Amino acid sequence: MTIADLAPRIARGEVSPVELVRACVARIEARRDLNAFITVLDTTALATAREAEVEIAAGRYLGPLHGIPVSIKDLVHVAGVPTTSGSAVPALHPTADAPIVRRLREAGAIIIGKTNLHEFAFGTTSDETAFGAVHHPLDHERSPGGSSGGAAVALVEGMCLASIGTDTGGSIRIPSAACGTVGLKPTHGELPLDGIVPLSPTCDHVGPMALTVEDARLVFQALKGLKGTMGPTGTTGTTPGLPRRITFGVPSGYLLERLDSDVRDTLGRVRAELAREGHSVIDVEIDGSRATPDTYLHIVLPEAAWYHAATLDSHPFGYSPGVRLRLQLGGYVLAEDYVRAMQRRERLTSAVDQALGACDALLLPSLAIPAPVIGAQSVEIDGRTEPLRAAMLRLTQLFNLTGHPAIALPAGVNRSGLPISMQLVTARHQTDQLLAIAGAVEARLQIMTGPGSVGGGTG
Amino acid sequence: MTVEDWLRSALDDAERRELPALRPLLEALARSTSALREADQDSSHCHRAAPHE
Repeated sequence: MTIADLAPRIARGEVSPVELVRACVARIEARRDLNAFITVLDTTALATAREAEVEIAAGRYLGPLHGIPVSIKDLVHVAGVPTTSGSAVPALHPTADAPIVRRLREAGAIIIGKTNLHEFAFGTTSDETAFGAVHHPLDHERSPGGSSGGAAVALVEGMCLASIGTDTGGSIRIPSAACGTVGLKPTHGELPLDGIVPLSPTCDHVGPMALTVEDARLVFQALKGLKGTMGPTGTTGTTPGLPRRITFGVPSGYLLERLDSDVRDTLGRVRAELAREGHSVIDVEIDGSRATPDTYLHIVLPEAAWYHAATLDSHPFGYSPGVRLRLQLGGYVLAEDYVRAMQRRERLTSAVDQALGACDALLLPSLAIPAPVIGAQSVEIDGRTEPLRAAMLRLTQLFNLTGHPAIALPAGVNRSGLPISMQLVTARHQTDQLLAIAGAVEARLQIMTGPGSVGGGTG
Repeated sequence: MTVEDWLRSALDDAERRELPALRPLLEALARSTSALREADQDSSHCHRAAPHE
């Protein structure tokens, strides 16, 4: 069940927010083995649901998120609830909501709990966490991706109807891809990051994870502080300015050099399907994109080391060994190399701008591989072994450097039944256009995955 | 500072701090730094103005 399906029924009093929260809590309890949540706010969520029911019955319906259970990554402050960041270092105890949480509440959303993550969002597998590795709903031995792993699992398992994640190198899009959901990273700076524990302030983003593009759009509107609206049928409406014939640009070179064969085949099928539907699919060049991982490393490492410097001194063993080492490593990056990387970043941003000058949206996979086995350190792609973390970040981290909005969309499954995902990217500050194009792609390809498609959620 | 000098100094520091597990990470970072600087040099021939300009 999606938000777009449920919202009109909640508004008419046909679906009870209280029953919705109870159903989500039951799913959380039933799948504790997945370690999706760190804190479950069942008592306050039920109280809020009862209030919502009264308000809606009295004719004070706030909009499509009213009475909808939403999970929050435990990196984001919720007043009165510890922010653990998935770590054993002392938690923060916020007395105020992060602005995005406040906006969700103002839209009537119900905060159901705080989800597990890769510690301090510094990883892509959600297995380095003080609260137990997050497990993939389809295969307990596999990772759901990260760092917003719990958020994706909660969503796909019907423990909530939307999740809020953060994305510094792909942490919304990677778990969305691994679990078969939609994940939106808006334009950098479009949503406030106040009240969110930083990883790399110049690369950090926050955004919605949802079952459909329309649901992601509805949550994104609320996160922006706008009153949500739905089309008459509850489906994505057309956006003024969306061309009937969309031009998609597939990046050639570095980004697509190494892909799992099923991922590569899926990209080919999506490309062919879009062309068959009358859209144009062209190859585009992103000049200098091979420098992406080196640029990213020299920015994220020192920025993360900056935030954690004091805690690393006072509580070094509160961190997981791998996360602690990466944070310590950041302290060794020279200032001159940080500046070099920032300059390189400007050139990469111009290169993506230039590529988007030739098309309406970039089209590429979100993740080069299917969900990896928990604990794996490397992966073999096209007969070549490479570090897992590098392989998982390769298709997403560029757009954290450049700030372009990007969305991960389910695009079927591989021969083992694990999800495969496509990514769309548009010009900066064109996130609404991105959502409109994503809605068109989702509809055209009939690749929408509903709740229960992975793991049998009821939400 | 050259990457080689930086790496030598970083490895000494890691050893002094009794952080042997940092060695492979520092070596990987050194390779990445070399790549970043090479990319910088390649493009600076075309784009960078002299410091006094």
